[in-house]
Amino acid sequence: MSAAPIKPVDIKQSLIDAVIAGLLALIVFGPIVGVVLQGYSFNLQPTRVAWLVLAVAAGRFLISLFLQTPRGIRLSQGMERGGSGVHVLAPGHKSALRWVIPLVIVLAIVFPAFANKYVLTIVILGLIYVLLGLGLNIVVGLAGLLDLGYVAFYAIGAYGLALGYQYLGLGFWSALPLAALAAAFAGCILGFPVLRMHGDYLAIVTLGFGEIIRLVLNNWLSFTGGPNGVPVPSPTFLGLEFGRRAKEGGVPIHEFLHIDYNPDLKFVFIYAVLFLVVIGVLYVKHRLTRMPVGRAWEALREDEIACRAMGLNHVLVKLSAFTLGASTAGLAGVFFASYQGFVNPTSFTFFESALILAIVVLGGMGSTVGVVIAAFVLTVAPELLRSFAEYRVLLFGVLMVLMMIWRPRGLIRISRTGVVPRKGVAP
Amino acid sequence: MMDGIFLQQMINGLTLGSVYGLIAIGYTMVYGIIGMINFAHGDVYMISAYLAAIGLAVLSFFGVESFPFLILGTLVFTIVVTGVYGFVIERVAYKPLRNSTRLAPLISAIGISLILQNYAQIAQGPNQQGVPTLLSGGWRFDIGTGFVQITYTKVFILVAAFAGMAALTYIIKYTKLGRMCRATQQDRKMASILGINTDRVISYVFIIGAAMAALAGVLITVNYGTFDFYAGFIIGIKAFTAAVLGGIGSLPGAMLGGLILGVAESQFSGLINSDYKDVFSFALLVLILIFRPQGLLGRPLVAKV
Repeated sequence: MSAAPIKPVDIKQSLIDAVIAGLLALIVFGPIVGVVLQGYSFNLQPTRVAWLVLAVAAGRFLISLFLQTPRGIRLSQGMERGGSGVHVLAPGHKSALRWVIPLVIVLAIVFPAFANKYVLTIVILGLIYVLLGLGLNIVVGLAGLLDLGYVAFYAIGAYGLALGYQYLGLGFWSALPLAALAAAFAGCILGFPVLRMHGDYLAIVTLGFGEIIRLVLNNWLSFTGGPNGVPVPSPTFLGLEFGRRAKEGGVPIHEFLHIDYNPDLKFVFIYAVLFLVVIGVLYVKHRLTRMPVGRAWEALREDEIACRAMGLNHVLVKLSAFTLGASTAGLAGVFFASYQGFVNPTSFTFFESALILAIVVLGGMGSTVGVVIAAFVLTVAPELLRSFAEYRVLLFGVLMVLMMIWRPRGLIRISRTGVVPRKGVAP
Repeated sequence: MMDGIFLQQMINGLTLGSVYGLIAIGYTMVYGIIGMINFAHGDVYMISAYLAAIGLAVLSFFGVESFPFLILGTLVFTIVVTGVYGFVIERVAYKPLRNSTRLAPLISAIGISLILQNYAQIAQGPNQQGVPTLLSGGWRFDIGTGFVQITYTKVFILVAAFAGMAALTYIIKYTKLGRMCRATQQDRKMASILGINTDRVISYVFIIGAAMAALAGVLITVNYGTFDFYAGFIIGIKAFTAAVLGGIGSLPGAMLGGLILGVAESQFSGLINSDYKDVFSFALLVLILIFRPQGLLGRPLVAKV
């Protein structure tokens, strides 16, 4: 990079920027923040506006000053470049993950012994979002297909268990594979005609599909119970039940083990199974990205036309990503339903899709570790920051915009170990 | 009886559709010029509904009573402020991403959409807001066994929407700004070589789109009287459906698509089932995108290397 001539910092320009930004902020925030509607009348709240305008003007001033310093110039040039694909590590590089993973597994095994029910439920929720994030990461992160109706497959999984129990007598264990299959099938049905389209159109169609599923669940009272939802049975383990008394001729697990009744046992069980499933999905995904189909996903994300010219069947490749992503969401749905003991359509709004997307975006498109961390951060942080609950969505939005401007490829870049060509083999 | 309902829904559909068309213009112009779906456009409409209610409340507080002054003042206020919203959103969230990956502006737009919803909810409270009825009365025609009612509000909406569309068509077809917009839409690089400040044109397009959404916001608020912070989502998707139906990137297409969608939706909810009218619109969207993605008046998309 050629050294840009160092210009003196132009404070006047920064001040002008700040004043303009303040004026715009006054027009934008003035009416909506300052005039609060009350019935057909209103009351004024000028102090809120003043603070906002001041904050915007001061922020703009500081940013304007910073962008004139050498570091700022470098930063803005870095932004314009946009990240390039994959970060390649030196051959023979040993990732720190090789001892982090066993450590995490050991922690996860001893964890339920120390946790109370509240912590346990938060971790279960976090793990459910890890599953959802991993599934969507295949679709958005690896294959580059923006799926805004991902929550539909989640709903299919959850309602698969609830309605399967109600109408067919399915239990947790039979619903688990069946819901994954049903979600995969739905992904296939939706994906087959849709995947030939342009990226943005795909986003809108999947969004429409997600809303259709939710509206049908909401309106089809006789089948889905509508907004009232459907109860979900407790899971069983080898025919042992987790209730205080056996309901359906089974044996309660505490009587079988000769221990005192513990209502948390159900959550420990869900946690254990969920953890195993997450590990399994992580492993499968790890292998898939190194298989030809995984490479094809990433290639397709980078340049579809080149891929088709190379003879890749783009519909099949996309369909496999879509179906796999959908089936993962189906699995997550089953866990969510048994964890809640109840499902209704309000759990499957567009916001949920946006939250899962935020996990993928924040974690780094295509990066597995990033998604796992982001899923926990975005689900656990709201629990810790209860007093900011009403700003949660706002923060997600700000995060998504800032991430796109600052690091469109996510916080953690995908990295891949390079290979040394063997001797005697043409490069 | 049947044709009474049919005609009534036809009128309802045309009013609704003209408003869809207004919002669809914002989608179609932005898509035409920078090739992105402005996901936050529905929420810009939602903001304009709040602004309309605020404008009406403030104006009637200062004693403006007559309908023409009230509505004119509200329109000017709403259109100007919403236009600034359009400008600021483009500057903050989309302009830095001009050379980024394809998905980046789309995700940024979803972020803006979430921000606007939550912002309106925090600033104005989560409850439904409303405006009083401004224009009551209408004409009533008896047809056979049924009757058709045309309220003055509906007539006003139709007239205002078509006036807005006519003004926009004039701007795009006959003014210098319109020529710059069309040139930038056809070939952005070439336009900038020929001395057009394309960044500024893109800003104008966002302002025009937001202004059209503001017009729609005032009209719908006057017609239905209630709205909330979530109002932009469904109507945004429907307006997008209208834009796609007419052929995205095409202005007359957006208007035509809006009218067709409005009428189809009203007929569906009047004659078949009103619970599933949103499902009907979304299903229509999915079907159009699958079978005729270029829409009615659009040109087929050709991917260039």
